[in-house]
Amino acid sequence: MSLVPEIDYGTPASLSEKMVTLTIDGREITVPEGTSIMRASMEAGIQVPKLCATDMVDAFGSCRLCLVEIEGRNGTPASCTTPVAAGLKVHTQTSRLKDIRKGVMELYISDHPLDCLTCAANGDCELQDMAGAVGLRDVRYGYEGDNHVKARDNGETNTRWMPKDESNPYFTYDPSKCIVCSRCVRACEEVQGTFALTIEGRGFDSRVSPGMHENFLSSECVSCGACVQACPTATLTEKSVIEIGQPEHSVVTTCAYCGVGCSFKAEMRGEELVRMVPWKDGKANRGHSCVKGRFAYGYSTHRQRILNPMIREKVSDPWREVTWEEAYAHVASEFRRIQYQYGRDAVGGITSSRCTNEETYLVQKLVRAGFGNNNVDTCARVCHSPTGYGLGQTFGTSAGTQDFDSVEHSDVVVIIGANPTDGHPVFGSRLKKRLRQGAKLIVIDPRRTDIVRSPHIEAAYHLPLKPGTNVAVMTALAHVIVTEGLFDEAFIRERCDWSEFEDWAAFVADENHSPEAVEKYTGVKPEDLRSAARLFAAGGNGAIYYGLGVTEHSQGSTTVIAIANLAMATGNIGRPGVGVNPLRGQNNVQGSCDMGSFPHELPGYRHVSDDATRDTFEKMWGVKLSDEPGLRIPNMLDAAVDGTFKGLYVQGEDILQSDPDTKHVAAGLAAMECVVVQDLFLNETANYAHVFLPGSTFLEKDGTFTNAERRINRVRKVMTPRNGYGDWEVTQKLAQAMGLDWNYSHPSEIMDEIAATTPSFALVSYDYLDKMGSVQWPCNEKTPLGSPIMHIDGFVRGKGKFIRTEYVATDEKTGPRFPLLLTTGRILSQYNVGAQTRRTENVVWHEEDRLEIHPHDAENRGIHDGDWIRLASRSGDTTLRALITDRVAPGVVYTTFHHPTTQANVITTDFSDWATNCPEYKVTAVQVSPSNGPSEWQMEYDEQARQSRRITAKLEAAE
Amino acid sequence: MSHDEPHKTTDDKLVYMANQIATFFKSQPEAERPKGVADHINKFWEQRMRRAFFAMIDKGDPRFDPLVVQAAPLIKRPAKIAKA
Ligand code: SF4
Ligand code: SF4
Ligand code: SF4
Ligand code: FES
Repeated sequence: MSLVPEIDYGTPASLSEKMVTLTIDGREITVPEGTSIMRASMEAGIQVPKLCATDMVDAFGSCRLCLVEIEGRNGTPASCTTPVAAGLKVHTQTSRLKDIRKGVMELYISDHPLDCLTCAANGDCELQDMAGAVGLRDVRYGYEGDNHVKARDNGETNTRWMPKDESNPYFTYDPSKCIVCSRCVRACEEVQGTFALTIEGRGFDSRVSPGMHENFLSSECVSCGACVQACPTATLTEKSVIEIGQPEHSVVTTCAYCGVGCSFKAEMRGEELVRMVPWKDGKANRGHSCVKGRFAYGYSTHRQRILNPMIREKVSDPWREVTWEEAYAHVASEFRRIQYQYGRDAVGGITSSRCTNEETYLVQKLVRAGFGNNNVDTCARVCHSPTGYGLGQTFGTSAGTQDFDSVEHSDVVVIIGANPTDGHPVFGSRLKKRLRQGAKLIVIDPRRTDIVRSPHIEAAYHLPLKPGTNVAVMTALAHVIVTEGLFDEAFIRERCDWSEFEDWAAFVADENHSPEAVEKYTGVKPEDLRSAARLFAAGGNGAIYYGLGVTEHSQGSTTVIAIANLAMATGNIGRPGVGVNPLRGQNNVQGSCDMGSFPHELPGYRHVSDDATRDTFEKMWGVKLSDEPGLRIPNMLDAAVDGTFKGLYVQGEDILQSDPDTKHVAAGLAAMECVVVQDLFLNETANYAHVFLPGSTFLEKDGTFTNAERRINRVRKVMTPRNGYGDWEVTQKLAQAMGLDWNYSHPSEIMDEIAATTPSFALVSYDYLDKMGSVQWPCNEKTPLGSPIMHIDGFVRGKGKFIRTEYVATDEKTGPRFPLLLTTGRILSQYNVGAQTRRTENVVWHEEDRLEIHPHDAENRGIHDGDWIRLASRSGDTTLRALITDRVAPGVVYTTFHHPTTQANVITTDFSDWATNCPEYKVTAVQVSPSNGPSEWQMEYDEQARQSRRITAKLEAAE
Repeated sequence: MSHDEPHKTTDDKLVYMANQIATFFKSQPEAERPKGVADHINKFWEQRMRRAFFAMIDKGDPRFDPLVVQAAPLIKRPAKIAKA
């Protein structure tokens, strides 16, 4: 094995279609117009020396190392900033160039420490490489003069010298090694879009500085790692590389955190992970990353990880370690007993959107073929099920319509109920890049999210609606578009059902849906809403991106329908730059839905009542399948409380923490007789489990994840599972213990079965993915290369369907006792329930969940910033600390839910989306009051959790 | 632990859910309404939910929205309880 090679072309690729031919060192090469001479040379296989250029950022032309000579032109132009022209004859190596380069390098090296042998970048340093490339043999200047390399030996202070900044938990900044090439500064601006770095001072005094002379941790830096990657020297270096050394081989894999699905090279030394480096050829991230995927993998070796199976009689007992065989046998006999005693439908399973497609597929197969019912659901229930319903009804498929590259062609971007800079950071960066190029932005969100105003970006309109009024706002936008004649008639006539459009148009045109009429409940200024509608309809390519702020409402599905209506009405479907884009939360939400994790759908979104589909699976699996829809998670819990549901197999999910109305979830779990939890850690759900099966991390198994753009990405095993088995193996063993004849020897065989049974995956195989890198489904005979854009020549369902969307106020209403509206969200450095990120250094950015409250509301209640407060709703109460900010409007409070002790879901109610039961996380009526400590529930809960995590009877040597 | 609300039973929730579905379809073109509600319940509700639903509907439970009652004849009656 070796390192996956990546070529640095020096400057970004040109997108021009016009080609230009020139000669470099006697070699003829044809490249797109606008390409730099440096890049053209590299494409011809000639590496021009360079320091300040790298292809992730635009050329800057400061180091003067990349000079070339061009016949017929004077001087020695920099190849990184000089574009190609037809017929040029370029020479990259002449005696004049050699002399200049040596001189340049000599100057650089004279102000650089010569501790190469002990430097962390030894072997991976471009300065070292260039010294070698230009043939530098001696340096005539010493360190006696001005330098910024070291503190003076004679006790004087060297004002040019600065100590290392080690404040960031993942990388260090050693100014003594900086060559001031500004690659980091440009990466932070152009790639990440945070603008955290500047070059301070001028000339010889200039230094890179985070923020206003701060350290990295206290600056604006979000620790994405782009600067570290851009840095040609050891100035910015991963602490893991300093500690371990340079990697010797690498494997391309996929981040297991969010739905962007970034590709990374896992750089290894033996089985030790040295670092994760974003992969340039990754089609979702194009070489960028965020702090989670880049750095927060420490949880995989965290000491709290459970490595042996455990069982216990009652949840009040301590855990007892057992062998895998015992654990499988126990689960199998318990589930069979329960089914015999309470009926076939008394057990079920929950698949995980953190696990691979193959693992998810096996869990639903176990439930359908092994348990003999359809009681299988996934946590996508609590996030994107309304997307499936809404887009299925209107377009004919739940698929998001675009790839991420599409945003590069957008002119107007609408973001509703999503916070891409925090929730989908790498997509957020790509979006910001497009916005800096001039695309317009409309944000519809109760809270002033970061993207509304950030460096060099300002939303054209921010519509700060009251939580729960999405449908009213979306319908009012449609009202303006229809009544002002801004719809795209040609598109609608060709692609959609015209009579349905007329019905819908008449509906939205009703005066009741005008911006003026809805203002009283939405709180959105009618002028702003009208202008936003006009901008979206007439501003060119319009794209809508939305997140959980849309779906997690009692009218979640209706809002998705309203979004689809709006896209169809304005003709914004079926080409790059437009579309309806659900931003899915976890890494494999898309995949877990695709794989038949819903109680009414077999893989590929085919209803269980469809005979032909059942027939396909019955033949493949050799069993009879139920044609009746099964229970969804909230229904399972209700049935458990009622005593008709007794056994649950939960893979990689923490429903006790992630699902609403914690007390009800706890009651449901407590009523079951056999709860099996398969996870890395003793999560909150495990407090109520009878069997614990240790899980494996994404580094320890092969598989695939499908990201928010339907892209099927390979996950590759880089180390042996510490618990002994990949999750798919555990499910298989469990199935075998239940008498099923499963014999997969590798996840690729599971994918082959998926391809054989699911038309949209027909051509997918591991071989094909290795060849293509990744593909976006549908990938079959009709679209062998996959489908970056959906509905190009027509909608999947035939004609696009307009559906009326009447606003219905949620029953979760504020009143005298609960006068404020709580809405929930997430932040960049933490991930969902935080089980992984809390077990990494990422905690330095978010030690606790805080309640954001407007100064006005805080003052009325005598609350100061940082005070402990009690947050109460009709469901329960909890305590946390206040953060006073005007990001939220008066009357609205906001919190994240990353820490189990906060138990924000004790507060949320059991109201849910009318169509899918997706819980209404985003609206809860609450009251806030000063408090002096944890609530009674928190204390009881902590005690219960502490008791239930006890482990006794360790097995001797675990296998 | 203090409960502010009276405890909601599964039956209460089913009534609530059925009425929520009816509320959506009420705004749809008239001809589609009962079928919309029935299709939705047929597609997504598990047997024991429909069993409990019919137990209430058959008794003439007054909490149901008239549209739900109108849709009931189109909703699939569940089979007898399955044993493993
Ligand atoms: S880590 Fe990212 S955000 Fe921080 S300074 Fe570097 S590029 Fe900027
Ligand atoms: S820190 Fe690295 S990338 Fe930034 S200017 Fe210094 S050497 Fe260049
Ligand atoms: S968390 Fe998301 S954005 Fe960050 S690296 Fe992973 S996939 Fe990319
Ligand atoms: S690489 Fe061209 S000037 Fe530095």
